[in-house]
Parts: sequence; C-alpha cells; structure tokens
Amino acid sequence: MSSVGEDCNELKQQYDACFNSWFSERFLKGQTDDSACAPIFRVYQECVKRSIKEKKIDLQEIDPIFETGLEEDNAKKSGAKQQPAGKS
Amino acid sequence: MVVTASTCRTETVFDYSWMNVVVAYWNRYPNPSSTHVLTEDTIQREVRDGKLFSRRLLSKTNPVPKWGARFYNNVPVKIVEDSVLDPVKKTFTTFTRNLGMTKIMKVDEIVVYSEQKDGSTLAVRRAYISSQVFGFSRAIRAFGIERFKANGNKASNGFNYVLRRMFPDSLVGG
Repeated sequence: MSSVGEDCNELKQQYDACFNSWFSERFLKGQTDDSACAPIFRVYQECVKRSIKEKKIDLQEIDPIFETGLEEDNAKKSGAKQQPAGKS
Repeated sequence: MVVTASTCRTETVFDYSWMNVVVAYWNRYPNPSSTHVLTEDTIQREVRDGKLFSRRLLSKTNPVPKWGARFYNNVPVKIVEDSVLDPVKKTFTTFTRNLGMTKIMKVDEIVVYSEQKDGSTLAVRRAYISSQVFGFSRAIRAFGIERFKANGNKASNGFNYVLRRMFPDSLVGG
C-alpha cells in the first residue's frame, strides 16, 4: 500500500515490515518493549509529517490521540462527548 | 442546533482466530475489494499499559450519487483510524472518522474484534452518521447508511481474502 507521501513509500515499507514481525513475533507473545522499530519509525514519521504538511491535510480538528472515549479509562476522562446527539 | 445522528450496527464472524485476524488487519490493503483505498500510513503508535495504540491516516476515493455532487468535490477523503489492541483480553477496537466536510456528512465508525468461544472472531461494527445540511440531512444520512452497509460487506470480503492468503490452513472448524 502506498504512503500519502510519494517519497515516503520506501520508508513506509521498511517500517511496516519491521512492525509486522515485531507485532506477531514479540508483542502478541507478551513482549511489550517496542524499541525494535523505533529508529525506522522516526525516519518514516519525519517523511510522512512533511508530506501531510505539504498536502495541507488538517489533523487539528481531530481529538488528541486516543481520547476516543473507547477505553473505559478514556471514557471517564472525555465523558459523553462521543455520543451521538440523537437517533432516528 | 441539534445534530441528528443515524446509527447502524452489523456483526461479522471471521472464521479465524483473533491472533490471525489482528495480524492480518495491518496487512488488509491492498485487496481486490479495496481499490478505493489509495494510501495508508501509521502516524502515531505506542505501547501503553501493555496495549498497542495506533493512529493511521487513510485516503480513499469516495464516489457520491449525482444528487450529492453539489455538496462534495471529488477529492480523496482523508480518514483517521485510531485503534487500541489489548493482547491479554484479546480485544481490538478501531475508531474511524472522516476528516473535513464533516458538516455535510460525518461518519464515526467503531469496530470491536473479539474472540468467540469457538475460537473464531466476532467483529461488531457500529456507525454514527450525522449531517448538518439543512433540508438534506435525512437524505444524506440515508445515503450514508446504505454506503456503510455496502462498504461493510466489501470490507469483510476484502479482509477474508487477505486472511485466506495469509493463513490458508487456519480456518476454524472447517
């Protein structure tokens, strides 16, 4: 799959490959240390952030990360703001 | 003003273990049913309290019916997908919404993937669709719901395709 930044494709593929093996070989087996892919993630992020800026994709309107009201603890913090106003 | 939201709920069972489903999830695209998905990026990711939190940015083409064209321009729609994966409880929750044009039609979608007793994986998908276009809100929401259903079928077909390719032998009970 392509990255939003045409010049980030290679970095994205490298990161995805690293993540996929970390995810199935380590994380799902109970190892939560996520430093293995951190260096490549950092470089990939620099590229993708630059591209998001260039394309003027506005991420400001979305909530701070993971304040989605999904998790029980987040639900307490953000209250009922994700609830729909009505139903039809 | 009061924004009315329409809601919709669907359930899908994947005949694969939860582990296989979450591994395949990150490799869902491309697949033959997802030709409308153009790009996919992870823009934030961390492990917190043993759970994996991810934020991804997707862009998709979004064909609209003729009568809707007056409200939309046809640029790719940007979508933000947040997810929380709990490897101990074996739950995976995704929360997806579109960026921009949210006054016209805002779609919040929540999918919870959990392990069933028989070893298969249940995906419960819920959507909240709202529109603030005066006079057209109901029509737009109805359109949104139809598209939600159609896209849901497409999404599970595509996901099953990827699962079959990645895990040809691990069909649960069959």
